[in-house]
Formats: sequence, C-alpha cells, structure tokens
Amino acid sequence: MKPTRRHFLELSVAATAAAALTPRRARAQAAGPRVVVVGGGFAGASCARALRQLDPRIVVTLVEPNATFTACPFSNAVIGGLRELSAQQFTYERVAADGITIARTSATAVDAPVRSVTLADGAKLSYDRLVLAPGIDIRWGALQGYDEAAAGQMPHAWRAGEQTLLLRRQLEAMDDGGLVVISAPANPFRCPPGPYERASLIAHFLKTKKPKSKLIVLDAKDAFSKQRLFQAAWAELYPGLLEWVPLSKGGNVTSVDAATRTLTTDFGKHQAKVANVIPPQKAGRIAEVAGVADRSGWCPIDPATFESKLQAGIHVIGDAAIAGAMPKSAFAANSQAKVCAAAVATLLAGGTPSVPKLINTCYSLVAPDYGITVAGVYQPTGGQLADVPGAGGVSPSDAPRETRKAEAVLAEAWFRTITTEAFG
Amino acid sequence: MRSVVAAAIGLASIAAATVASAEPPAGAAACSGCHPSAARGPSPVTRLAGRDRAEIIKAMQDFRSGARAGTVMDRIAKGFTDAEIQAIAAWYAAQR
Repeated sequence: MKPTRRHFLELSVAATAAAALTPRRARAQAAGPRVVVVGGGFAGASCARALRQLDPRIVVTLVEPNATFTACPFSNAVIGGLRELSAQQFTYERVAADGITIARTSATAVDAPVRSVTLADGAKLSYDRLVLAPGIDIRWGALQGYDEAAAGQMPHAWRAGEQTLLLRRQLEAMDDGGLVVISAPANPFRCPPGPYERASLIAHFLKTKKPKSKLIVLDAKDAFSKQRLFQAAWAELYPGLLEWVPLSKGGNVTSVDAATRTLTTDFGKHQAKVANVIPPQKAGRIAEVAGVADRSGWCPIDPATFESKLQAGIHVIGDAAIAGAMPKSAFAANSQAKVCAAAVATLLAGGTPSVPKLINTCYSLVAPDYGITVAGVYQPTGGQLADVPGAGGVSPSDAPRETRKAEAVLAEAWFRTITTEAFG
Repeated sequence: MRSVVAAAIGLASIAAATVASAEPPAGAAACSGCHPSAARGPSPVTRLAGRDRAEIIKAMQDFRSGARAGTVMDRIAKGFTDAEIQAIAAWYAAQR
C-alpha cells in the first residue's frame, strides 16, 4: 500500500485512541509482543524500524509529539548560511508505512512494574519492552542567567529548529566588525565536535560576508574532539578571526546577562553582538520521570542490550544513555538503536542477546569543502562500552586537501544515508 | 583453524535462527549508518547488501592491513577480527 498523508493521519488518530480501548490492546497482544518507543529522533525512529524489520510480529508504537523531525547534524551549515532548514526536516510518513503506529503526543509517566506508559492525554499504553530515546533537555538555570527567556536573546541552537534560524538571523543582521561569542559546555554533552564545527562555519560566514568581525569560543574545557585537526584548519583558514579560549585561560562562562548579551568568566566580561550559549544538558525529561536517569542526569545502561541498570524492561538509547566511550552523536544513536532492537527482539522471543559491536563516525565541516572525521569501534568491556583497542581515531593530520574535500562530500552522503534509514 | 572458526560461526547462526529473530552478527548493523541499505539515489559509498562475500572480506582485510587506502574504513576495519569480518560478509552477501 502506498503511504499517503491520509494514511499517516489515520494511524496517528488510531494511535491516540488505541490506548484507551482494551479490546484493541488485547488484539495487539494476540498479534505479537508490544514495544513502545518514546522519541522519534535518530535513535527512536531507527529502533522502531529495526524492530519491525527483525520481527514483523512485534507491535511497535512510536510516541513523538512533533509531526516533523529537524535534524541537528548539518544544522551548523544552516547557521552559516550554507543550507536551508528544510533540508534538515523529515516527516514520519515512511516510518508509519512500515506498520509502526505513531502516537502524536508526548509520554508523561512510566509505570515500570506494571509496564505501562501514560500519554499527555491520559491514555495508557501497555508494553512488553519500552525503549526511551528522549534525546537531551537543557539544564535551565545550571548556568546563571540562562533560562528559556534568555535563549530568545542568546540562542543555544542545540536542538535544531527555530533556535537554529534565530542564530542565523542574528548573524545576518549583525554589522561588520561585530563580536560573536560561543560558550561551549563541559563534558558530557550532545555532539562533542559540534561547538567547534559551529565555530568553523560561523567563521566561514564572517570571513566571506563580514570580514572585520571576530569570533571567540569560550570553553569550559581544556581539550575537545578532533582538536588538533580543528586548530590546524583554523590557523590555515581563519587566522586572526577565530579565537579559542580554554578553561585554563579563563574560558569557563560562569554567568550570562541576556539583556546586554554579556558573558562573564572568572577572568572578565565579554559583551557580544551575537552570543550562542551552548548550555549544560541532561537526558530528556521522560528519563527522569521513568526513573532511568541517575544523579548525573544521564541513563546508565547494560552495554549489550541498552536495558536500564535502574529499571527492568526499559531500554535507553541515543544521547540520553551513558554509553561509555561512545559519543552522543546521531551515528552512535542509530548504531545503538539497531543493537537495542536486536536485543529486544531476541529477549521477546525468549533468547539471550549476543555480545554486540558498535561503530561511530562523526563528520565535521571546517569549511564547505573541508571535512574531518573521528571514528570508533566499541564493545562491552567491564560493564561499559569501551573502545576496541587499535581501532578508530581521527583523520590524518597531514592529509592533502583532496582528502578534506572527499570527507566533506562523504559527510553529505552520510547524512542522506542515515536520514533515509531513519525516516526515508 | 580457519575451518573450526567457520564451523563455529555456522553453529552460532543456526542457534540464533532457532531464537526467531534474525539478529545480525556483531558489528553488521552499524554499517548501514554510511552504506546505503536501499538503492535510493546515488551514493559514493558502496552498497553492501547482496555483494560478493569474498569481495567484502578482502576489502575489510585490505583496509585493516593498510593495503587499501580509506577515509574512515581503515580506522573502522581495525576493530574487527577475521571471524567477525567473515560473519558480517556472509550476512550481507545473503541480503537482497
């Protein structure tokens, strides 16, 4: 059957109504085991689809309030004026066409002993296994002066969408010669190379459009992902334009004032024309509600099955999970989603999940035709996901420009492939 | 030794098959993050499904040894043993 918008809407309506109707739940039970996936990002959408592929008898419901997903990878290119936000956006029509019920609402509570999820409208969904893929929430208030209102003046743009466009508009409106400041958080946070790719593409925008301007990155760390590659490229491409201030040189931002766009560090104040505050983060709210987040705000998991170490029957994947050596990236989320789906399918069939191996590859653009990567291979070791020794690492530091060009092309190809697997 | 490994992989596949779900061998599921699983539009990255088993094994071994240059595959192949490479190659070769 060719999926149509009407088909998609019918499924959505059915999903919302389904929870309240016991007969339908009984039918679902007879049809096969029930898995509820909360969160329709790279992790959740990939997991829901992988479950259906592994065993079409599994009844999968994806709980996601947004009709459109806006992808973070490549959103720095939108900020830098190199790409439109529409290229980042995907619907769930193809996901629904896989026979996955989309519940267009949010999950508000989880009863782990009863194995039931409560939705925003009060309906309850019973499950045999629950997969939480809630992504990140901002820790509002963790940085003094940075609340939701402040984000309207000093965008975080760390969840793609309106915030991405706001930051782009502010850069476009700035007079040549202005000061742009990015505040980068301490570990862990979503997309470790992200702040530095963003700095690169904002620097590219300034160099091309407003060359008298300056960009300062105030960092709460002394080291970051692909650091040597980024710094070598900055020295080559953006000398005098982009300055990185590490923790040890006073980079840690201790408070912000949104009204004056001022960022205060232990060493002084920076008054910006455009300020991008990438704030401290934690697992999406439902993780805390479900009792799968620990005091760090993130979710400890079994490295082979992604089942929560705190609540039986609940799996956590993607940025919300504490995945050891694996970074919080879209690639990692997709990789974890497929391992988790296989483990869930095996557990539902009464089997014992095998020991997995996972991969991550993160592309970053330093300029439109200059890409760099970090890759890793991971396996469960001592209860954590650890790097497989001898594997992984970053692009060679002495690679010729053709290699950087090739990696920029491959970055685009990766985005097309992974978004097709998750949403296409 | 090699035949023992192959036999072990064969047994593991049979055991997995009886548990209903066709759980991919370790590492195999991650490949489709970059390698397109469906022929939808052009991609500079090789499609793995249905590709010759020996060809995948040779490519992985050559990436791992450095005999073949790669952008990321040289770094990724180093994370896989011969037995894992053979299982992944057999799994992809069997896909359509």
